[in-house]
Amino acid sequence: MTFCGATTGLEPPLALLAELTHRCPLRCAYCSNPLALDPASRELDTAAWCRVLDEAADLGIIQVHFSGGEPTARKDLEALIAHATGVGLYANLITSAVLLDRARLERLRDAGLQHVQIGFQDTQPAKAELISGFPGGQPKKLEVARAVTDAGMALTVNAIVQRHNIDRVDDFIDMALELKAGRIEIANVQYYGWALKNRAALMPTRDQLIRMDERVRSRLPELKGRLVVDYVVPDYYAKRPKACMGGWGRKFLNVTPSGSVLPCHAAETIPGMSFDRVTERPLADIWANSAAFQRYRGTDWMPQPCRSCDQKEIDWGGCRCQALALTGSADNTDPVCDLSEHHGLLAEIAAEDGGTAEVPITYRSFSL
Amino acid sequence: MTDGVTEEDRVRLAPGVMLRQDRVRGHWQLLGPERVLILDEVALEVVRAVTTQAQTGQPPVTVGVAVGVLAAQFDAPRDEIAADVLEVLGDMITKGFLTR
Repeated sequence: MTFCGATTGLEPPLALLAELTHRCPLRCAYCSNPLALDPASRELDTAAWCRVLDEAADLGIIQVHFSGGEPTARKDLEALIAHATGVGLYANLITSAVLLDRARLERLRDAGLQHVQIGFQDTQPAKAELISGFPGGQPKKLEVARAVTDAGMALTVNAIVQRHNIDRVDDFIDMALELKAGRIEIANVQYYGWALKNRAALMPTRDQLIRMDERVRSRLPELKGRLVVDYVVPDYYAKRPKACMGGWGRKFLNVTPSGSVLPCHAAETIPGMSFDRVTERPLADIWANSAAFQRYRGTDWMPQPCRSCDQKEIDWGGCRCQALALTGSADNTDPVCDLSEHHGLLAEIAAEDGGTAEVPITYRSFSL
Repeated sequence: MTDGVTEEDRVRLAPGVMLRQDRVRGHWQLLGPERVLILDEVALEVVRAVTTQAQTGQPPVTVGVAVGVLAAQFDAPRDEIAADVLEVLGDMITKGFLTR
């Protein structure tokens, strides 16, 4: 495979996050969608998405993650999954599950869907509703989760962890086992988008995180071979940043409902970025040459202390959106790194926003 | 749960797992939920040996039968092949690509 760009040694991407729509019946306080949501009228149509999937497969993408918003709000999801699997892509569905039923799941499976990931806001219905703003969600999610494994597809329980549910991490694991999930993601909320807006209502205390971490690690031996655990350690209490997205423009690309191509789903928060659209430029050209992907790709953009750090091709400077949110500039080292001059900010924010108090939640909506 | 994969076990691809050749990169791989396992030549033959029969709708062969097939295929001592196969299968079960 060759690229037409000047970049040398560029590997093809592995995964496409296809955000089919920003529409969603839930109003989760931690939603990672941007505050400015794409209305339905701006969504790519079926033909445009099919072309994106063709170009993604040609480019070397292996897995497509149909996401949103709530991707099952799209009536053409069956057609898009069939198209994706027809061109050799592995199809994952990232869903709240509340719009699904057994019959539609079977249609999605027959279209080629392999894996369904269901987001759970809590293990207790009333507490889940506090976060999602959606009444009756929990029993529906449990019913759909059972239908996923009954239909022979792989199930992931996505446990999105924050102050109100962090003390029930054991219950999440037990729920995943009971649902016969093959995998659980224990994902501490990442504070971008709506989550950043609600940080003071969601961030747990350091003591809560330490207890959760002990609980998760104590369960890992018994889960080996039964339940794959993907555990995202919370950033605000870490010492080294994550290689966000496996490094900017190295493994992933994200297409928004209206067709913008982003290096990560929060990249639109960075000022001064311009994003190419799938309707205007081929995906391979965008991947190799677009200004947005070039901006933080590799190591040339790095400031100190990254530039002279022996970890620079391991963590790739961490997360650009987090650097922006916390230091005011996406060009800085991710302040999660304790070598960053801004690292002290994290402790200050965690002390200020981390807590157990009942802080009012701003629910996700199309108009603020 | 992954301790002691034995020659009496029968293993199969876990739900949501596919064996696929990467059409751009050329290598064979197991694709599963949010994950990819690139297979070298030996791992590919092990996966094929333990799952081939299941792909025709039959119950999978025992690991022991697959070891015999591989020992003949690679013209290698059965004990050596058995040790390698059990290790490879244990690892793939731990990672969620195979199930018993």
